[in-house]
Amino acid sequence: MSTVSADRLAQIFVEVADTLIDEFDVIEFLQMLAHRAAGLVDAASVGLLLADHRGQLQFMAASDENTKLLELLQLQNHEGPCLDAFRIMAPVVNVDLRGAGGRWPHFAPRATAFGFRSVHAFPLRLRSDVIGAMNVFGSEVGGLDDADVRIVQALADVAAIGLLQARAISRSEVLTEQLQGALNSRVVIEQAKGVVAQANGITVDAAFALIRTYARHNNRRLGEVAAQVLADLSSLPDLAKR
Amino acid sequence: MTSGVDGEFVRGPPGVVDQLRRICGTAERALFASGVGMSVATADGTNGMTVASDPTSERLEELQFTLGEGPCVDAFTTRRPVLVAELDSDAMSRWPVYAPALRDAGVRAVFAFPLQVGAARLGVLDVFRAHPGPLSRIHLGQALTLADLAVATLLDGQERATAGADGLDGAMEYGAELFQAQGMVMIQLGVTLTEALARLRAYAYAEDRRLTEVAADVVARRLSFDRDQQ
Repeated sequence: MSTVSADRLAQIFVEVADTLIDEFDVIEFLQMLAHRAAGLVDAASVGLLLADHRGQLQFMAASDENTKLLELLQLQNHEGPCLDAFRIMAPVVNVDLRGAGGRWPHFAPRATAFGFRSVHAFPLRLRSDVIGAMNVFGSEVGGLDDADVRIVQALADVAAIGLLQARAISRSEVLTEQLQGALNSRVVIEQAKGVVAQANGITVDAAFALIRTYARHNNRRLGEVAAQVLADLSSLPDLAKR
Repeated sequence: MTSGVDGEFVRGPPGVVDQLRRICGTAERALFASGVGMSVATADGTNGMTVASDPTSERLEELQFTLGEGPCVDAFTTRRPVLVAELDSDAMSRWPVYAPALRDAGVRAVFAFPLQVGAARLGVLDVFRAHPGPLSRIHLGQALTLADLAVATLLDGQERATAGADGLDGAMEYGAELFQAQGMVMIQLGVTLTEALARLRAYAYAEDRRLTEVAADVVARRLSFDRDQQ
């Protein structure tokens, strides 16, 4: 089903591998990855989860961030394709959600209710380690052929290496430092959603849209704007009150 | 006093200080450390108080703030752990005064863990070891869990300081809604984020409800924390 050209594919892989830049931001990187993966296989939604020190999968980024998708991703602390892919360290693909009620009694009905028909999950692997998983949702049944699966898994693997900047570092401690830092910066974004939602009397989804639009228009990082929201909301009049 | 947070905490409810010192002792034994220290920050980010498992570690903990450099300072600033498996030449150039002081005190490795929940920063936990080498994955998990327990102790204050020691699992709960609710309560009450975290937890305990349920009610606007409500 992947219809992108070889040129475009190469471009995407280079983009995903290019993390050795000065102002590297993990959340922005994962958002970019979610968007590229969604475009690559024409998916309805793509979400990314990273494991914390308890081995619990935590939501990090999505191609379209909203409460429903967040719920589906967070459910996978308990059950679901990402948890399966994470545990077996291999992709779980082309699962028909309507027939998956026995396999994932909580996840499958919720995903179906949100309009998804198929689901796929790919582990984010680094050598013998697995640091998280990528969730791909489709609005049709099936969808990924063998070549698609290999390409998406390769993209996930390159992203895992890029994310951890593993080639540039020798200390294994850096992996933990970066992962923990990324998990915490995700928490900061959620807290900022709450602040902006309350200050403007809007939903958290609408608050996220406001924060992201502001970040884009002002050419600033999402995590940086979120931190400023929490440090001094009044310094951001566009977000403090509409 | 319902919660020992921010400036309020500097005066130090004794139950909380004792509990933090116990966490340092537990960490020292569990992680095969030569000592464990903790620095608790005030709201403006300056050093509020230190506790440690032993006098040497307490001195090393305080020294970082006197010098304004060290893994603890970096962990607080960057909001991520700073893990130094060996005090090598890199460490010496990164902390030109503090790293030699550590060596002189017999420390060969140091691991600093921020005590934080998102943008709410409460302090840092420092693990000192007399032998070089990284923390194993199990020790890393234990250190992070003990850091979570310290956060819970700081947020819950004196009343629950001892109760918190019973169950590590309940120390911190996760979920986007909980973090969103923290931001909402911060605005509702007009308080610091740290205070908002403490108030949410205190409400859940008082009402004997799960924190995640309370958070869901806040986000759905079924529950609001008013400024004049106690």
